[in-house]
Amino acid sequence: MTLAPETTSLMVQLRLGEDWLTICDLAALTPGRGVAALLPDGRQAALFLDRTGQVYAIDNRDPFGGAAVLSRGLTGTHEGRPFVASPLLKQRFDLVTGQCLDDETVRVATYEVRGARG
Amino acid sequence: MSTTSPVENHPRPTIVLVGHGMVGQRFLEALAERGLTATHRVVVLCEEPRPAYDRVRLTSYFSGRTPDELSMTDREFIREHGIELHVGDPAENVDRAARTVTARSGLTVGYDVLVLATGSYPFVPPVPGKDAEGCFVYRTIEDLLAIEAYAKSRARTGAVVGGGLLGLEAAGALKGLGLATHIVEFAPRLMPVQVDEGGGAALLRTIEDMGLTVHTGTGTQEIVTDDAGAVAGMKLSDGSELATDLVVFSAGVRPRDQLARDCGLAVGERGGITVDERCRTVTDPQVFAIGECALAADGRVYGLVAPGYEQAETAAATIAADEADQVTFTGADLSTKLKLLGVDVASFGDAHGTTEDCLEVVYADARSGLYKKLVVGRDGTLLGGILVGDAEAYATLRAFTGSVPPVAAESLVLPAGVGGPVQLGPSALPDEAVVCSCHNVTKGAVRRSVTDHSCTSVPEVKKCTKAGTGCGSCVKVLGQLLTAELEASGVEVDKGLCGCFAQTREELYEIVLALRLTSYRDLLDRYGREGARGGDGCETCKPAVGSIIASLAPTIGADGYVLDGEQAALQDTNDHFLANLQKNGSYSVVPRIPGGEITPEKLIVIGEIARDFGLYTKITGGQRIDLFGARVEQLPLIWTRLVDAGFESGHAYGKALRTVKSCVGQTWCRYGVQDSVRMAIDLELRYRGLRSPHKLKSAVSGCARECAEAQSKDFGVIATANGWNLYVGGNGGATPRHADLLAQDLSDAELVRLIDRFLMFYIRTADRLERTSTWLERIPGGLDHVRDVVVHDSLGICEELESLMAAHVAHYRDEWAETVDSPEKLARFVSFVNAPDTPDPVVAFVPERDQIKPDLPLLSIGHRPLHDALEGSAPR
Ligand code: SRM
Ligand SMILES: Cc1cc2nc3c(=O)[nH]c(=O)nc-3n(C[C@H](O)[C@H](O)[C@H](O)COP(=O)(O)OP(=O)(O)OC[C@H]3O[C@@H](n4cnc5c(N)ncnc54)[C@H](O)[C@@H]3O)c2cc1C
Ligand code: SF4
Ligand code: FES
Repeated sequence: MTLAPETTSLMVQLRLGEDWLTICDLAALTPGRGVAALLPDGRQAALFLDRTGQVYAIDNRDPFGGAAVLSRGLTGTHEGRPFVASPLLKQRFDLVTGQCLDDETVRVATYEVRGARG
Repeated sequence: MSTTSPVENHPRPTIVLVGHGMVGQRFLEALAERGLTATHRVVVLCEEPRPAYDRVRLTSYFSGRTPDELSMTDREFIREHGIELHVGDPAENVDRAARTVTARSGLTVGYDVLVLATGSYPFVPPVPGKDAEGCFVYRTIEDLLAIEAYAKSRARTGAVVGGGLLGLEAAGALKGLGLATHIVEFAPRLMPVQVDEGGGAALLRTIEDMGLTVHTGTGTQEIVTDDAGAVAGMKLSDGSELATDLVVFSAGVRPRDQLARDCGLAVGERGGITVDERCRTVTDPQVFAIGECALAADGRVYGLVAPGYEQAETAAATIAADEADQVTFTGADLSTKLKLLGVDVASFGDAHGTTEDCLEVVYADARSGLYKKLVVGRDGTLLGGILVGDAEAYATLRAFTGSVPPVAAESLVLPAGVGGPVQLGPSALPDEAVVCSCHNVTKGAVRRSVTDHSCTSVPEVKKCTKAGTGCGSCVKVLGQLLTAELEASGVEVDKGLCGCFAQTREELYEIVLALRLTSYRDLLDRYGREGARGGDGCETCKPAVGSIIASLAPTIGADGYVLDGEQAALQDTNDHFLANLQKNGSYSVVPRIPGGEITPEKLIVIGEIARDFGLYTKITGGQRIDLFGARVEQLPLIWTRLVDAGFESGHAYGKALRTVKSCVGQTWCRYGVQDSVRMAIDLELRYRGLRSPHKLKSAVSGCARECAEAQSKDFGVIATANGWNLYVGGNGGATPRHADLLAQDLSDAELVRLIDRFLMFYIRTADRLERTSTWLERIPGGLDHVRDVVVHDSLGICEELESLMAAHVAHYRDEWAETVDSPEKLARFVSFVNAPDTPDPVVAFVPERDQIKPDLPLLSIGHRPLHDALEGSAPR
């Protein structure tokens, strides 16, 4: 989704099957940084905001190390695509597809995100 | 039983491969490269429960590599080439008359070409008790899993029978599993095949220093078992008995040639399927044998992977009947470079000096475990050699083997400071010199990959030539050749920081300083590479620029707090949470203890905090205390108490000053000539919080006995009767370097002024993540240049350097005190944005030695459903 960065009354929602789960106020996200969200089934999602106002969500668990820390990685742009680098061993994951850029056999789950008036 | 006839059901001719090990997999790739997978049906019978994996790196399983990561086969490759891979189904019988192979499952496949790549099996000497519970071999992933399970559940001591290459690997694994480890070797030295007596002695010394017990010249006579039939010990040939709970046999390997014997193929006297120069069996032109099961045309069985790869290529080329590609296998170079138990061991060419009339050049230093021998012909030709303890020169020496090197042989083995070593760059090599022996790639081929195939990076050269994709030991030389070639052809070598910036770190520093830029985005949008402007940067340049802005903060007018505004997005997770991330997602806390001096009251506070929060507590190698296992949301609570007790951040998380260690010095020590503790505290407080390209470490010793190890530090100070000596560019860690003496007999003020200049000059000109040691070696002019600049002010910048440091010192604020004081800054310290009160359930611990450690099983399983945690905490 694309949101005007100055809009603050927007809530970020995550798609879980048929439902949308409200996570937080958009203002809680810092551009270039992630936050983690706990989902009802115990999974965790990592949400990121880029400088254009785009929000992404992928699984929070680092598939290499096992810890739930992808939300704490550094983000960036690689060949025009947004990614996060795991803070554990630095593998990068495409924020749109969840594909690991350093190991083609690894991919993490992604979630659809939208903004809704709070 | 299903029988398929090649003629009726499969009009395409069939190639059957028996054995899917490293060489088998390489053979499949060679078939695919030659287009044979399109014209042939390819059937593979694989005995192990998993497709081919990297056996050479087997031991890395114990340092955390998973079986999946060891895999060499990607499913896509098998699928794309239509290869029929039968995993867990070994061939049991070959009918050469009918040209069929039958597998254990009953599957029978007709073949036109049969390729045997069955590898070898570990030889277990026929000693009584060898089959007892607790006896293992070391060859497959299944062996490792069994050893690991047994070691963890019921063993404290382990013994390896055999001190060769594989035995040392196995011993390293046992030690890594926490067992008291013994090595029992029949020969009088370790690694008898690869190294000579001198090399064996150097190796022995180093391995014993690591705490392993080595019994050389000792045979194993019997495995002693307990009442339940499990290993309890072993009887040795010297009459003694060794108590042990686990035994790994690693007494050599034997070719797996039973299948071949059973179907009447000729095998050698000591085993191995006899083949000709094209890897065809001498008995049956329809059957090939490659890898460790083959007895090559030169009468040898090769136990290394590189010759096996050559055989795989040879067999594939022969099957393709590729006339242009008249490959033969007539023998191989047995050069190897290994890292065994952390010790470099290399042997190449005629290592044992068997050539007639040859001479030896030997350098040995038993004290530091160094041994280097070169074998040289009468005319100066380099014939071979052995390197133990330092194999830096291996790639170059191997490439010179067979020719007369342009400098005297002895200058190639002497260590620095003994008149050598001469740096013989790869530019001195002839074009025919083989630089990658795993794939037999010459220097000329590497150069052509640059000139004719426009490769501009090491990964491209690797892809183009295959060089560097085996053991990896030649990659450094590839990089040097590439740079030389690019520079020679006038191509500008990209020295840019990363994909986002074409400038070096030093250039970016100058831009930030000159233009007083305080925003990363600004810098990226104005000075970034075309395609990177307007983007989000990358994980390389963000922290590097963050560090530059932080180092210059007071001077350029940025907020000194590293998590201020946009700066927050630039920091690695450690800086982001002002703590060090641990493997399970928890953090460690390191308060500063300047000079290592601490009052009992403060020690008690640390103890109380650790107890109250249940933290694992350890004295670090830097004279302070690390508290591990804090959850993000606990960090502010812990630090509030630490700050109250007068502690401040130790910056263990930052590329910044870490510690200034000290010895007790003149105050107490009868030898001390200056107050080293006071000086260490002064220096630590002066430079605390200083962000730099890499971490900075220091130490102050009270006399020349050097109890604080100042000469291994970025800047180290040693007291003299007349003042202080300043050493710079020391390093412990991965590549230790002794510091160089920069200036002598300095007063307190002179010392501090010189360190100010030195540090600021380093921060200004170093690359990202470049310690002072590598920086000093890299910059043109080295130590002399640095001395000219910081002592003699040859660039006229000393005043500026000093004022930059003065600004840093004046503006220092403790990051943690500032953080716990600000509710806004504390907001980030939660596990979940939508459930701020819920701790991350993945962060869990189990007890160990009366403290805690991360719960690893929890890290390897998937998520755990958590039903109540969200109640009321998420706005729906
Ligand atoms: C805690 C400690 C080990 C211990 O239990 O004693 C430690 C722990 C770590 N060291 Fe160290 N090092 C520790 C003393 C050392 C020393 C000894 C010393 O300082 O006297 C060295 C060798 C001296 C040197 O640096 O020259 C050392 C050489 C390294 C290196 C290799 C640096 C190099 O130039 O080769 C790294 C990797 C790096 O920095 O890139 C490293 C990196 C690390 C990291 C940060 C790795 C990481 O990213 O997780 C570890 C995390 C610390 C944490 O979580 O708190 N650590 N490390 C020591 C903390 C000292 C302190 O109080 O700050
Ligand atoms: C711990 C360790 C460290 C090593 N380190 C090095 C090193 O540093 N450098 C180096 O060059 N070499 C090293 N080696 C040796 C290297 O691994 C071997 O040279 C290489 O694996 C040989 O390949 P291969 O395909 O011939 O045999 P293997 O890799 O052993 O593969 C043979 C395969 O055939 C299967 N097989 C056997 N019989 C049948 C059958 N009847 N039907 C179906 N399948 C069958 C086996 O199960 C096995 O999977 C090391 C080996 C070990 C164990
Ligand atoms: S370095 Fe010298 S002064 Fe310091 S403790 Fe050692 S012997 Fe004593
Ligand atoms: S020498 Fe082993 S990869 Fe080049």
